[in-house]
Amino acid sequence: MSQTTTLVAAARAAKQGAFRRFLRNPLGVAAATVLLIIVLSALVAPFLPLPSPDLVVLRDAMQSPSAQHLLGTDASGRDVLSRLLLGAQVSLAGAALALVVALVVGLPTGLLAGYYGGPFDAVANWFNNLNMALPGIVLLLAVRAVAGPSIWISMGVFGVLLAPGVFRIVRASVQAVRGELYIDAARVSGLGDARIIGRHVLTVVRAPAIIQSARLASIAIAVQAGLEFLGIADSSVPSWGGMLNEGFRRIFVNPSLIFWPSLAIGLTTMALILLGNAMRDALEDRDAGDSSKVGRPQPASVASLTDRTEASLLSVRDLEVSYGIGDSKNTVVHHVSLDIAPGEVLGLVGESGSGKTQTAFSVLGLLPDGGWVSRGSIRFDGTELATLSTAERRKLRGTDIAYVPQEPLSNLDPSFRIGQQLTEPLRTRLGLSKTQAKERALSLLAKVGIPDPEATFRAYPHEISGGMAQRVLIAGAVAGEPKLLIADEPTTALDVTVQAEVLDLLRDLQSETGMAVLLVTHNFGVVADICDRVAVMKAGRIVETDDVDTILRTPSDPYTQTLLASMLDEGPVRTYVAPTTAGAASSEGSRG
Amino acid sequence: MPFLLKRLISAVSLVFATSLIVFLLVSPAFDDIARNVLGENASAEQVAQLNAELGLDRPIFVQYFDWLIAAVQGDFGTSLFTSQSVWAAIGVRMPVTVAMVVLVTLISGVIGFAVGILSAVRRGWVDKALQFLSTLGDALPAFIIALFLVTVFAIQLGWLPATGYTDFSTDPGAWARSLVMPVAALTIPAIAGIAQQVRSSMLAMMRQDYVRTLRSRGLSETRVVLVHVLRNSSTTGLTALAVQVVGILGGAVVIEQVFALPGLGSLAIEAAVRTDVPLILGAVLAYVVIVVIVNLLVDLAVAWLNPKVRLS
Repeated sequence: MSQTTTLVAAARAAKQGAFRRFLRNPLGVAAATVLLIIVLSALVAPFLPLPSPDLVVLRDAMQSPSAQHLLGTDASGRDVLSRLLLGAQVSLAGAALALVVALVVGLPTGLLAGYYGGPFDAVANWFNNLNMALPGIVLLLAVRAVAGPSIWISMGVFGVLLAPGVFRIVRASVQAVRGELYIDAARVSGLGDARIIGRHVLTVVRAPAIIQSARLASIAIAVQAGLEFLGIADSSVPSWGGMLNEGFRRIFVNPSLIFWPSLAIGLTTMALILLGNAMRDALEDRDAGDSSKVGRPQPASVASLTDRTEASLLSVRDLEVSYGIGDSKNTVVHHVSLDIAPGEVLGLVGESGSGKTQTAFSVLGLLPDGGWVSRGSIRFDGTELATLSTAERRKLRGTDIAYVPQEPLSNLDPSFRIGQQLTEPLRTRLGLSKTQAKERALSLLAKVGIPDPEATFRAYPHEISGGMAQRVLIAGAVAGEPKLLIADEPTTALDVTVQAEVLDLLRDLQSETGMAVLLVTHNFGVVADICDRVAVMKAGRIVETDDVDTILRTPSDPYTQTLLASMLDEGPVRTYVAPTTAGAASSEGSRG
Repeated sequence: MPFLLKRLISAVSLVFATSLIVFLLVSPAFDDIARNVLGENASAEQVAQLNAELGLDRPIFVQYFDWLIAAVQGDFGTSLFTSQSVWAAIGVRMPVTVAMVVLVTLISGVIGFAVGILSAVRRGWVDKALQFLSTLGDALPAFIIALFLVTVFAIQLGWLPATGYTDFSTDPGAWARSLVMPVAALTIPAIAGIAQQVRSSMLAMMRQDYVRTLRSRGLSETRVVLVHVLRNSSTTGLTALAVQVVGILGGAVVIEQVFALPGLGSLAIEAAVRTDVPLILGAVLAYVVIVVIVNLLVDLAVAWLNPKVRLS
């Protein structure tokens, strides 16, 4: 149970942080203040020295604001301010009623459906769809026909219509924690379902339910005002909607009559929505700052440029990759320098998180959101890339530098046929006609060893296997006859037998076209198979660069030795069927 | 196509289920029908006789199936007060509501998508401004916006008629003018709802692996965003649009009242106030049918855009 206790403590700490974050959000604080004022004034209204809200004095009709009537009078000479405050009571009470009903119906059903699932879920889902088939106000009209003009009955029924809004969110939160360890722990320790739900699940549900409640209350206020405005609700008690109705009938005589009730309704609904948003932001700890901001790179240090040769196709010097700027700047790649000669295959090796993928992406100019080259030089074929404009860099991609990703299926657009994804760059970048592009795509598919190019050309990505998809992606990468191919763990996500085939394909294409390859991998089997030279990365730095034989036979850096030793434990190093490493590197695409 | 067939079956069952529930819901009012029609002074026998004539003395489910069978054949009964057939009454009112809802759906769909895309692509202050505006649109009920529009454009500026409706066939210009404010009032909240969904779905899609790969092929950013990312986000956007249509129909009930438009909503209000049971049942059913048709159209569009849905 100690684990549960720590988790609860952590949750409490997070909540305190959330409250502080909420206080830092001016919009949220303003909304909370406005709501507080509205609620308080509705509560104290009966005790204020105001004229009676129902006192009709016809000769005082439609007066402008005065000391006696602070907001003036309506068409029957009744005091607008006191009717407004009394209307607040009705509006808030009606919304509260709807909300209570929605919670009473939605909370338990959501808990049960989320916790037990199965048929509960199906039934609830069906009711939900039913509810979505009819505008609530139309159903309330039908209710009005049967039950008469009582606003309380209408809002009670509306609460039932709002219940799915609670249900959905509760069910989703419960489903999310259902499988968590601490729920299991509680179950193993012998707690009954009722106590688990009461003690552990409810705490998880509380925050989203409160946030959703603010939203639903806003909707309830609007619908209630709508019903009153339509004039089908009981008009004997003052209400915001009722005041609008009366004011609207005299809008040509005195347009200002609708101003105060409109303002009251608008302020309340808006404050509720803004409050809900602010609470959500505070609880989810959303970064208020714009995380996509990046800066300009600083030049590479002079020392790193001394050994630079003109013969390199790609020459990276003193590369630093960072995420965020200012205080939140986090550097993931440090002082990386590497060279690739034309036609050379360089292996970039390291554990997952070592920064090798980040290095590859910075050469492509395709770092994820917020990532940027904060220092260094990337020279490709005589052009400095680090300071090149986005548009210029784009022109190099596909035709000069190409990319083969790790995960084949997630790297094809699921909504377009394979053929279209292959021909699109051929047509827009190389200017081929539709027929030329198709011909070219089919021959590329045949070249990468796809048995029936026509069928694959017509297929959607979800209709082909992972190995096929990787061949398609390789075909797409070499379509523009690039000088440099960047392959990011091109075989990791594939079955062992397919791995060897894809590696063979890459080697054949390389020797046929003479393109240079930057091969990112964690697998020394792959390195042995295809690479000329190897750079080993650890924690964002290159620890050793040498030709492949030296690295494999006599590695000088202790880290390389450890990496190699761990490979040897699992199987022979030099093999054409690349061994899979247990727990293969997860996608580094998100962040190193 | 199994997907569309499935949706069609679910749509039809939804119409039946809603009609049954609403029928049961209004059934307590059946007791008062004879009393309402005959007046307060009618004798108990007269009431019993009329109930027998109208078939109101039979079990409720028998009555429902009778109503349903007649309804399927296009006979929704007659209004208790105007003795006009319900079908005819709805037929007169339906075009006004449908015209309004179709216009609102199209306009808010186009603008909502555009705002959502812009907000996702531009980020920075453009995004922040659009986010704030869409929060406003989200929070303000359509009829409050309508009242504001009337005050400014009809009363202060006198540019547009405050109320009333002109038939399209009578005068297309006047028809358009009578719909400008109602459509605008309903469009603003709908745009907000759609834009929010499109924005977050675009942002999620732009982080997908295949977007990086498309960029690595040297495709232009416009192509990547407007062809690939948009197509993959459009399913979410269209679903949001379908949800908005239910809200638009609900908002239209109040908006019709504000602008004195003779639509389905004002018909339903009249029926509700007078407890005109056949008319209320007919009106509710008309609303459900509109929603169901919109949902089917959206399903069709989703299936067209998303091969996975279509082919599964």
